[in-house]
Amino acid sequence: MLTFTLRRLLLAIPILLVISLVIFLLVDLAPGSPMSEIPLTVPPDVRQRMIEALGADQPVFVRYLLWLKQFFWVEPMTLVDGWFGTTFAAGEQRILSWQSRSPVFTIIGQRIPQTLTVVGTAYLVGILIAVPIGIYSAYRQYSVFDQAGTLFAMIGFSVPTFFSGTLFIIIFAVWLGWFPTKYDTTLVVTDWDSFVQRIRQMALPVMTLGLANAAAISRYMRSSMLDNMAMDYVRTARAKGMSERVVVLRHVLRNSLIPVVTVIALGIPSIFGGAIITENLFGVNGIGAALIGAIHANDIPMVQTLAFIFAVLIVLFNLIADIIYGLLDPRIRYD
Amino acid sequence: MTDTSAASKPSGPLRDVWVQFRSHKGAMFGLITLSILIVAVMIGPYLWVPEKLSVAQAIKLKNQGPSFRFPLGTDQLGRDMLARMLLAGRISLAVGLVAMGIAIVFGTLIGVLAGYFRRLDGPLMRLTDMFLALPLIPLLLVMVMLFRDRIAGIIGPELGAFTLIVFAIGITSWMATARIVRGEVLTLKEREYVLAARSIGARPNRIILRHILPNVISPVMVAATLGVAEAIITESVLSFLGLGFPPDFPTWGRLLYDGLQYMQVYPERVVWPGLAISLTVLSVNYIGDGLRDALDPRIRGR
Repeated sequence: MLTFTLRRLLLAIPILLVISLVIFLLVDLAPGSPMSEIPLTVPPDVRQRMIEALGADQPVFVRYLLWLKQFFWVEPMTLVDGWFGTTFAAGEQRILSWQSRSPVFTIIGQRIPQTLTVVGTAYLVGILIAVPIGIYSAYRQYSVFDQAGTLFAMIGFSVPTFFSGTLFIIIFAVWLGWFPTKYDTTLVVTDWDSFVQRIRQMALPVMTLGLANAAAISRYMRSSMLDNMAMDYVRTARAKGMSERVVVLRHVLRNSLIPVVTVIALGIPSIFGGAIITENLFGVNGIGAALIGAIHANDIPMVQTLAFIFAVLIVLFNLIADIIYGLLDPRIRYD
Repeated sequence: MTDTSAASKPSGPLRDVWVQFRSHKGAMFGLITLSILIVAVMIGPYLWVPEKLSVAQAIKLKNQGPSFRFPLGTDQLGRDMLARMLLAGRISLAVGLVAMGIAIVFGTLIGVLAGYFRRLDGPLMRLTDMFLALPLIPLLLVMVMLFRDRIAGIIGPELGAFTLIVFAIGITSWMATARIVRGEVLTLKEREYVLAARSIGARPNRIILRHILPNVISPVMVAATLGVAEAIITESVLSFLGLGFPPDFPTWGRLLYDGLQYMQVYPERVVWPGLAISLTVLSVNYIGDGLRDALDPRIRGR
């Protein structure tokens, strides 16, 4: 297991390097000059000095290597410095956003809590809805509940979040007026009232994302349960006189959860991608919104860094899913 | 030449598939809904020709509710929503089909090459892994942002947007197909009939075209069906984020995006395109489910 993990980690390095190069070059081709926002009244020599100050006049490979160094060395060291008060990265240049001239990772650090609160809650809600539905659907296969659950999963799977989100806004915010349409990022929870307000403003985005996640996960849960229900050990358990509760919840569920846990782990990076839409729709000021803002503003370092972080998440969670699978299922041996 | 009556009658295996497919209620619902939608967007624009309005008339008729003259009302510029919906549906479905076509051709090619030629397997599968690890939505947004103006300058804004988006979606969604095809080819090429073909001196391209490809068609068909749904959703996500088609060449996603700012006052302008996208994707997914069951000989006849 350890050798497998180490080998996969080593394999991830070239993959991530190639991905970083692809992302860097693709974004770097952007026709929009970083200085297109400078008013034309600025004299050409000043403009030239501003471009030089951003480092945008360097050749591509110099900027790529510098960015790599900043991403893998300077930024982690800055984090370490912040934690322990050391000075590893003192005086080193960090990745700067062209929009705000502040370090990209500072912006990401400010945005991530918003994303995690909304997206994380939505994912949890999705799992909590999906697992019981999947279990009961499979246990009573072809029952009315199963038909309804499968239909719900198919609809939740097919209706894109930007439409379900808009529908929720129209129904719950515009017609019924239960929840606000926009998420107020500046809200600080101090007392009961502000806590209620936080819950109310989170309701719609969490519902939108949670339903989409629940639909996908409950399909996996159901089919995994069905696979296991037909196994011999289930008949053995029943023959031993175990109660249905023990058979389903202890024997079948434990084994059925193994692939579902992997699917849940694999889905984590993609919810960051899917959250771009939800964040945009509800005005959650998270990293998805930061990415869209940066794309529209030609903020190249920000786009490169965010896109690469998404790629790192995907590779990382693929690895985690494989390891979890090996840990949970003793039949899987990687060496 | 060929007897047409014999051709119209489904042959043995195809009829089995059809019988199994028909027993899947969801798949039949999907097939009927999708057929209605396709027929509507194909011949609808010929049947429902919006009246030509001058600019002044159109401005006076803006934001109308549903009426006999405008069954779905008019938008903020006085354009007939029904006509726009029909045209947009044409483009949305075309995007889905063409992008899926690109992805399938590319994915099958990579899958067959990786599965059949052992030397190509490693590099091609690493390439597939790399594409799978790319964050697709951000990259698609960046690609559209980068190349939109450049391509529009060469072949015009409408065709440019179509080519760019279809191509971008196509080359970022072939990975699943490639993996499925590779897996199938790996098992198929060890079969006796492939060995027999090789032993009589058939060249690799003939073996692939005549003996291997026909046998990977069923998983590819399922992947293709689901690919259409995915491509339509991806396109509408791009349009929804304002980086899709231009407003005078709309897709359903673009109409939804345009309706978004009037959502509080005229919710129907968001609901119609959204409903159209959802119905299309739902029926395509159901067809995919039905096809998977119907094409799987282990399930068939049960």
